[in-house]
This record gives sequence, structure tokens and C-alpha cells, in this order.
Amino acid sequence: MSAALAIENLSVAYRARGEEREVLRGVSFAVPAGGAYGLVGESGSGKSTLALAALRLLPGAGRLTGGRVRIDGREPYVLDAGGLRRLRAHDVSMVFQNPARALNPSLTIGRQVAEAYEVLGWRRAEAEERAVAMLERVRIAAAARVMASYPRQLSGGMQQRVLLAMALAKDPLLLVLDEPTTGLDATVEAELIDLIAALRGELGTAHVLISHNLGVVARLCRRVGVLYAGRLVEEGPAAALLADPRHPYTLGLLQSLPSPGRRKDQGRLATIPGFPPPPGRPTEGCVFAARCVLADQRCRTEPPAAVDLGGRVSLCHYVERIPPLAHGTIRGVAFAPVGRAPTPAVIEAVRLSKTYRVGRRAVRALSDVSFTLGPGETLGLVGESGSGKTTLARLLLGLVAPDIGGEIRLDGVPLAALAANRGAAERKALRIVLQDPDSALNRAHTVRHLIGRVLRLAGLQGAARKRRLAELLAAVRLEPRHLAERPRQLSGGLKQRVAIARAFAGEPRVVICDEPTSALDLSVQAAILNLLADLQRDHGTSTIFISHDLSVVRFLADRIAVLYRGCLMEIGPAEQVFAGPHHPYTEALLSAAGMPGERRAPVRVASTLQGTREDGVTGCVFHARCPRRLGSLCKTVAPPVVEADGHAIRCHIPRGELGLAASPD
Amino acid sequence: MQDGPAAWLARRISFGLLTLFLLSVVVFAGGQLLPGDVGRAILGPLADPRAVAALDRQLGADRPAVMQYLDWVLGILHGNLGQSLEFRAPVSPFILGALAHSLRLAAVALVMVVPLSIGAGVLAALRRGTLIDRVISLAGLSLTVIPEFVTSILVILLFGVWLRWLPISATWRAGTGLLGQLDHLILPAIPLVVVLFGYIARMARAGTVEALEADYTRTAILKGLSGAVVIRRHVLRNALLPTITVIAAQTSYLVGGLVVVESLFRYQGIGSLILAAAHARDFPMLEAGVLSVGAMTIAVTLLADALTAFLTPAPVPGEGG
Repeated sequence: MSAALAIENLSVAYRARGEEREVLRGVSFAVPAGGAYGLVGESGSGKSTLALAALRLLPGAGRLTGGRVRIDGREPYVLDAGGLRRLRAHDVSMVFQNPARALNPSLTIGRQVAEAYEVLGWRRAEAEERAVAMLERVRIAAAARVMASYPRQLSGGMQQRVLLAMALAKDPLLLVLDEPTTGLDATVEAELIDLIAALRGELGTAHVLISHNLGVVARLCRRVGVLYAGRLVEEGPAAALLADPRHPYTLGLLQSLPSPGRRKDQGRLATIPGFPPPPGRPTEGCVFAARCVLADQRCRTEPPAAVDLGGRVSLCHYVERIPPLAHGTIRGVAFAPVGRAPTPAVIEAVRLSKTYRVGRRAVRALSDVSFTLGPGETLGLVGESGSGKTTLARLLLGLVAPDIGGEIRLDGVPLAALAANRGAAERKALRIVLQDPDSALNRAHTVRHLIGRVLRLAGLQGAARKRRLAELLAAVRLEPRHLAERPRQLSGGLKQRVAIARAFAGEPRVVICDEPTSALDLSVQAAILNLLADLQRDHGTSTIFISHDLSVVRFLADRIAVLYRGCLMEIGPAEQVFAGPHHPYTEALLSAAGMPGERRAPVRVASTLQGTREDGVTGCVFHARCPRRLGSLCKTVAPPVVEADGHAIRCHIPRGELGLAASPD
Repeated sequence: MQDGPAAWLARRISFGLLTLFLLSVVVFAGGQLLPGDVGRAILGPLADPRAVAALDRQLGADRPAVMQYLDWVLGILHGNLGQSLEFRAPVSPFILGALAHSLRLAAVALVMVVPLSIGAGVLAALRRGTLIDRVISLAGLSLTVIPEFVTSILVILLFGVWLRWLPISATWRAGTGLLGQLDHLILPAIPLVVVLFGYIARMARAGTVEALEADYTRTAILKGLSGAVVIRRHVLRNALLPTITVIAAQTSYLVGGLVVVESLFRYQGIGSLILAAAHARDFPMLEAGVLSVGAMTIAVTLLADALTAFLTPAPVPGEGG
């Protein structure tokens, strides 16, 4: 039986401004029938191009410059138009990263799913019946209702299920999943991954999973290929490759992940210096040489050949030197522990609520949230989209006013609701670092102008300003040459450093970081996290760190607050929140994160259709999805906040019966 | 803002009415107040001052401007657009007749240009990078920049004088049937087609290219659908939305901006009516003409917006994260 997908020595080039840029070179791997293959790599590494090339779907400017693709023995680049269409109609499917874009916005779901059956020769009515059955198979409860909906009326998770249903309609031999869960909330992502794994078991489809998330790949795939700058630098069985990498890049990627339980006072995260090369830049020698600790003259001049390590392959001259490296560099310089004495709080948020009016409806984005933030403390703010994290940040910054009754105090002094009414010193005290540095930095200005402006506003002149600028630049590890550059000349990681330098420039009391690393690649994320920990230690700045990534939050945060639909469900010292007892929602979040190598029974929560947010819920906001709800009590009576040792949980379930973290075994 | 389609429509209509009101003020100010003494303007510099004063009184031009404006607006609301100074008759029949003429010409031009330009734009997108694409894009661009009077004259010379295929005057004899009228309308419509072709084809091409590269099109291709079904059902539906707005915007140009074409072809449209009124200092006619073109523009824009809103998938209501 031939492989579901066999790729041999594949090279792809894009034509841009009259130049051919090679974005993939010499990639080979195979996926057996029913197998599961993971492709990992950072943005620009060529993952998606590889998937599109395999299905002969390259955009107009892309071209196969070498190699062969075979799907179940047939070659899409050799088949005629009819043969290619038959291959696509019966044997291959793909699920794209952004489900909202992969569904036709102007056709109903029913039309689009049924179409996949009509192609196979079913008549309209039968096709629709089968479509309903397939939607039910991807665990969509109200399939009939979803059939009549337009894509925009469904949540992201639901849209992705519809795409899965469409992809599986033909019972394909090969299903390519391009970042299928990126951009979805953690609990939704966990559900989808379970679903994908279950469906593979039921249907025996071969999967190619493209992801930047090593945890997801480890769970779903038997073999893994690591792409870097268009080369498959390492390839092998998933378990062996992730536990014992044989390429410096794979090792660097694994080490730069904050492992579960890793905290900032246990040492810095390992980082990969530098940045990935822009796609298509020709390199002599090894593509990774510029960032590799092992690189020498040979690496820079002579491209490494694939080294066969018995069932796995690495593209490195010095394969034998990597295992010792894995033990050598993991421990870096430790951060100085942050001493915390009971001091008066910097920020006190008291009963903050925010109601937005949408048409005639009132939507509560935040309800009755109170917390304190001590000097030098990091408060991690965790929650899914729509939980009110960003609303809370906007309230603190004075961009919107809280509902009557809420108050924010800075050093014990009440702040005006809106920034316009706050004093200059008060406005300076609170700064924000946003998720997307592209939209946060004015593209027309140089780095010098962007940071210097804040210093000028802070009243610094002449030599003092120059000195401070140099200090800041050094603190965020930027080079003086970057001062004259504009944001578009910088990579994502460098831009985020500029944004961070700007936030810290005015010596604020509190910096709010809103998902500062979620738009960045893994190898760059570690460097930014180290930087934030350093800056906070050196300046004694308090930080509110908003993120959906629990291991990132755990690494940085001293205390953690968990928000769900605008309500504070749990708040307490980071280790206690992770160890438990924890709120059922926190438990679901922790379980959803499911780190590589972690074994425990997953806790899953039911997903809800978007738009079913009930107004006027009297009980717990989580009751409808809670796996542990206590009948009507949770639905009708607001749960009490029970506090012990500074760890507060809002739940009816007695503390002793709440979930604990499973001990690793 | 999330409210129902009825509320949305009501809001847009009230904005339209507000625009119309502002236009009426400007038109009134321009037409009735700026010439200073209306009677003098009509009777000329040599007229007897007593005659001027008498005419002013007769026209009501000696009363306060606000009163005159209110009278004028009230008249319009009652269907009385005013009294032509030149013809000593109500202007409404003139305006309505000219508008009907103009609309007929616009309709002929649109019927010719819309399928032609959309077809060419889509074809260029489907064959992008090829010779056909380049020819269509370049031709569209070059034709757009040729002024209407140049094309008009060329068309008259070519089809009317040398080839003698079609009548060069757009005015038909009373009692001419629809088909006969069409004969007269094709030549004047060609310069308009030439001007609009480039715009619309470019929009259609851009929209189609975008839809062709969209993930949903890839999804459709991967379903194994035939190329024709992919294009008809998935590409065109999403590709041509922005084009509708462009066509609507051009419609208001077709009804009212055609002074040159109408006079070259001696066509009794609203454009030439306004021009003639300006020459004859027939202010009520001028005002009513400009106002009716304005009303037409607002109505067409509103219609296009409603159509686009009806066809466009609304964005997902945002949730504060």
C-alpha cells in the first residue's frame, strides 16, 4: 500500500518583484495511510507553503522548482485537470487556519457542507441529509439550526467544526490541518484537538498537522518534521524527537518554552539569539548557522547533508554534540527573587463593573471586580475572549469609565474615572504594552522619536535625555543602530522591545501587558519574557500581565486572577492557583493547556453557541458550562467568594471538594 | 452599532433628507441671492429702475431672503417647483421631461457598460498576468482618461458621418417607437461607456483577484468542484460587491453630469436643461434642475448602500475581550 502522502526533495519558489525567492528547499518526508504527521516551525518557515504545494494549491506567484509529490501514489502535478479534480473530490482535504476566512461568507453553512456531497454525486436532498449527519458527527448539537446559519453567526470553534465536517465529507485518505486551533480559546482548542484525534481513530484518515504549538503536535502526531527557513532541519518519531532533539534549532525551541511549573525566580528562559531569516534569502552553508551556538566556519560555508540517525534525520554537521548541549545550557542566570513584604498596595480596584450598551441591550463586560496590586508584584490575568480582560485594562488606564460605584486607587488616592481628568503624574503612572506592536507604534517615526517623545514629556532635557535613552535601549537589548530605524525595518520581536522601552520610559508605577508575546514566535517570546522579568526586577514596577497562555502566566506572575464573562472566579498566589484547590473553570483551563508529557484525565467543558449569553443570570456565570454544577443552586444563587491564605474562589462547592492539580506520575 | 435594518434605513433616509436640505439652502443662496437684484438681472442693465422694482415686487424678490426661501421650499413640498422666467410656465414639466430623457440615456449606457466591464474585469482577473489581462487593464485605463467630447466627436464622425450606421442626433421625432429611440441613444451612450468602462473593470478585476486568492475559494477547489462552479458560486458572489457601489456612484454622474455629451448630440437631458437655464438666467429652472439632480444622486446612493448592506455579510458583533 502506498503512502498517503510522499514528498521527495521538494523545492518551491515565489516570484516577487521579478526575483525568484526559494522558500522551500529539498524537503522530503512521507505519511503512511492513517498516519499522523506534524510540521512545526515559526512564521515564515514555509509550513503553509509546504501544505499548499502538496495539494497543488500554490498561489499564482508560487512555483514548484523541484521534487515530487505523491498522494496515494498519484502525482497532482502530473494529473490532468479532471484527474486532479477527482483526486480532490475524493481523497484530499484541508482545514485552514482562519475558519472565518475559509468559509464563504455569503452562503449558508448547509449549502456549503451539502456541496461537498453533491460533488460526490448525491442529489440535493440526500446531500443535505448527509450534511446534517456529518455536522452531528463533529459534535455540533443543533445541526439543523447551524445548517441554516451564515458563517458569521457562528463562533470560531463552531466554524472550525463545520470546516472539519466539510473536509471529512468525502472520507478522504489525507487531511491537511493548517494551524487548526490557533486563535481559538484554550478550552475550545482542547475540545477540537480531542475531536480531531477521535475522528482520526474513527475514519482512519492520514493527518498532516501544521502547528507552531509543540504541545498540540506532541499530542496528535506520531512523527514530526521541524521546518526552519524552508529546510526540514530535523525529522523523526514525535516522542523521540521532542524528548531528545538532534538539531540545535529543535533544542532551542523546546528550551525556550516555559515548561510547566517553571517560574521566573528559577532562572531565565533559554533563548535562541537573533531572528529567523526573511523567507527566500539565499544562504551559504547551514540556514541556522547565524543563530546557532555550535556554528563554526564549516557551518557557515558548507550546507549540512541529512544525517540518518536510524529512523530519524537531522540536518546538522555536529549531530553528536547536541545531547550534551541539552544538559549544559538549560540553567541560565537566576533572577534575583523578588522580596515581598506586606506593603500598601499600588493599585486597588474596588467593585469595578462596566456595562456596554449594544443597541437596546446592555452587555455586562465586567462585573464587580476587586483586587489589589502590590509594589513590584506581577498579577497574571487569565481568561478566554470575552472574559473582560481587555475591558479591565481599559478601565485602569482611564480609557473608559467604570459603572457608578466602582473605584480605582493609586497609592491609596482615588483616580478620576477618565484619563483626561487625571493629573499628569497619575497618567504617567500607568502604561500599557499591547499585543500587536505594529498598530501600537506610529510607522512614520523612528525608534529615537518614539521613545524620546515619552522622555521629553517626562521633562528630561539634553544630556539627561540622551543618557536615559541609552539606558533604556540597553535594558531592552536594542542596538544603537536601531535608533534611526522605523518600525517597518524591525522584526516583530524588535518592535515589541521598542514598545516595552516606551512603556518603561516614563518610569511608570504599573505596566499593563496585554498579550505581549502572543503575536511573536516561540524563540522570540522567551527573550521578551526574560526582558519583562528583568525590567520589573530592576525598576520595581508592578505589572498586570494579561495572557491566555497559562505557562507564560505561571512563569511571570506572582498572583493570578481568573476571569470568566466579566466575573473574577478565582484570585490567589500563582502556585496555589495552579496547585489547587481551584475553581472548576480554572481546572478546565489548566486541563485544556495539556503540556507535552503531562498525563491526566482531561476536564472538558461544554462549548456554547455564540450569542446565547443570557442576560439577567442570577446564579453563577459559569453554571451552563460547568462540569461540576450542583443543579439549580448554581443557576439561581450567586456563589459566595471563599477566601483562605489570600486565595479566593467564587464557587458553591466546598473548598475541600474542589479539584487539585494531578501529581505528575 | 447593532440595530435592525429598518432603523438603519430610517437613519440613512434622514441623512439623505438632511443633505437635500443643505443642498436646497446652497442652491437657493446661489440662484436667488447672489445675483443681487433679480429684476435687474432679468431685465438687464439698461432697464428702467421702476420696471425693475415692479418686477422684484411681482416675483417677491423684495421680501426677506428667509421668507423667500420658505415660500420656495413650501412650494416644492406641494409639487410646485417654481415658475420659469423664460417660458412663463411651471418648471415641473420641463424638469420631469428632461429627467426622463436623461434616465433613458443613463439606462442605455449602463446596460451597455455593466456587463461589458464586469465581464472584462473578471476575465482579466481569471487570466491575470497574461496578455489578455494586460490589454484589458491598459485599455480600461487609457479609455478612462479620454475626455467625453473627444470620444463623442470621434463616434459622431465614425458611425454617424462616415459609416452612416446610426443617426448623429439623439433627438427623435415624436411617435418614434422604443427600438427607434434606441437607435438614437446608442451613439451618445458610447462616450459614457468608454469613460466608465475603465473604473468598473478595475473594480471587478480587483474584487475577483481577491476572491480567487481567498481561503474559501481554496476550500471550494479542494471540494473538487468544477472550475465553473467555483467561480460562479464562490468567487463572483463575493467579488462583485464593491463593484455595485462604484456603479451606483457613476449613476449619479450619468444623470446630471452629461452637459457636454447632451449638447454635442443635441439631447434634451437635464444637463442641457440646466445649462440653458443658466444662459437664460432662468433662476427657478436652474434651482429646480440642480435640486432634482441632487435628489436623484442621493436616492441612487441610498439605493446602492441598501443593496450593498443587503448583500454584504455583516461583521460579527464584537465582544470586549
